Amino acid sequence: MKRNNDNIKYDSKVISIRNLKKAFDDFEVLKGVDVDLYQGENLVVLGRSGTGKSVLIKIISGLLRADEGTVNVLGQEITNITIKNLDRLRLKIGFSFQNSALYDSMTVKENLEFPLRRHVKNLSTKEVNQNIEMILEAVGLSQAINQMPSELSGGQRKRIGIARTLILKPEIMLYDEPTAGLDPITCIDINNLINEVQERFHTSAIIITHDLTCAKATGDRVVMLLDGRFKYEGTFEDVFKQTDDEMVQRFHDYNFIE
Amino acid sequence: MKEKTKSKFFLSKKIDKVFIKLNDIWLFVFRFFKEVFVPPYEFKEIVNQCFELGVRSLPLISLTGFIIGIVFTNQSRPSLESFGATSWLPALMSIAIIRAMAPLVTALIASGRVASKIGAEIGSMKVSEQIEALEVSAINPFKYLVVSRIVATTLMVPALTLYTALVALLGAFVNVYQFEGTSFTSFFVQVFEAITFLDVFSSVIKSFIFGFTIGVVGCYKGYTSSRGTEGVGKAANTSVVTAMFLIFIEELLSLQIINALRIVD
Repeated sequence: MKRNNDNIKYDSKVISIRNLKKAFDDFEVLKGVDVDLYQGENLVVLGRSGTGKSVLIKIISGLLRADEGTVNVLGQEITNITIKNLDRLRLKIGFSFQNSALYDSMTVKENLEFPLRRHVKNLSTKEVNQNIEMILEAVGLSQAINQMPSELSGGQRKRIGIARTLILKPEIMLYDEPTAGLDPITCIDINNLINEVQERFHTSAIIITHDLTCAKATGDRVVMLLDGRFKYEGTFEDVFKQTDDEMVQRFHDYNFIE
Repeated sequence: MKEKTKSKFFLSKKIDKVFIKLNDIWLFVFRFFKEVFVPPYEFKEIVNQCFELGVRSLPLISLTGFIIGIVFTNQSRPSLESFGATSWLPALMSIAIIRAMAPLVTALIASGRVASKIGAEIGSMKVSEQIEALEVSAINPFKYLVVSRIVATTLMVPALTLYTALVALLGAFVNVYQFEGTSFTSFFVQVFEAITFLDVFSSVIKSFIFGFTIGVVGCYKGYTSSRGTEGVGKAANTSVVTAMFLIFIEELLSLQIINALRIVD
């Protein structure tokens, strides 16, 4: 599915990050990251493993705290936010985990029902079921409703993980390595799903990946995270044309892009 | 918040580690008490856990309790026979079961079955990012997973203890009936005459403490597990070992306190 980027509102930032720094012990992972995400945009963050890509979205979702800098999400500064306000904000952010993180003890239906029942009050059983059916249809897995996560394939788990985040109708989607560990055909399906989600639910998204096929298919804008800072920002083609940086070129050459 | 560690140690690396660990456990327990009384309450999950940890333990507890009742009665008989005092068996078994065996056996079975289950369950949720998934869904994982399980074990171990005592006494009765022909009424009249309010009360209080210990140990080990599947196995294993160790220490301490109370009484 081809990306349609006509809906991006460049005058409306949903995430704005300035001078973000984060260290673990003596290892400084993020050394001053500056980036904006615009409404309706899919931003792809590329980089090698261990460069702090996942750390970035974990800070955005409040799972980790920044050492320095500001992180403004939907108008709220989250570096000094209260737990109560953070929880309210989290309902507007969908986080798709690398390993899907489905609740093992629950069926697919229960996985989707759980956040819905917790956060949307006064929903009848019929409305809950309608919501679940609609979301499962959106991710193309209506038939898996009564299956356990252990019975699903890797690609199906990813889809259900995305469905679980979509059930609360988030404004921002954070995808952590959405195509990691999947075969090329399933990767294309997931890339299409990411674009369909953006089209259908009008979300803005940050996609963390080192898969250039995914970056090319889903990204309106691509940034490279190198040595703790964002470098080489632009469309996919721009990023790989504007530099002869050896690391960037190696990154490109080792992926199979036509 | 900086997550940087100091390169120098206060005493030595190992001693510092022990104190840091103790501080972690204290903070974990403190957080439980801080969150348990604050809404929203996880009633549904507490009931689920009471069923999982309590009701599902009933078959094992029933079998163990009944067999212990029979075996202990049988093993105590020869000693009493030499004094011609087998009529004291109901009273002896009543005191032994209610004061010591029921709380201790129940707690040890719960440690093996429940603490390991909690440790493995929460540990695997931790390493597979399910706890983070709860967090980003604006669900407090500590309250949902930890508080509910500690409350469930604290409530269910005393209930299981009373049940074990009853089943063990039934086992004792079967044995006494077989050898001495004592009637059901006569047996239980002697049982209740031999025990005091303090016996039952101290057993129940002790069981609350055992249940709390099992819950805290299982949850702490699971919640702080790391290093993938190896960490999950370790969490399950150390949950059982630590819970059993602490239960024996608590049993020893409570015995001293209850004996002191008996003297005052």
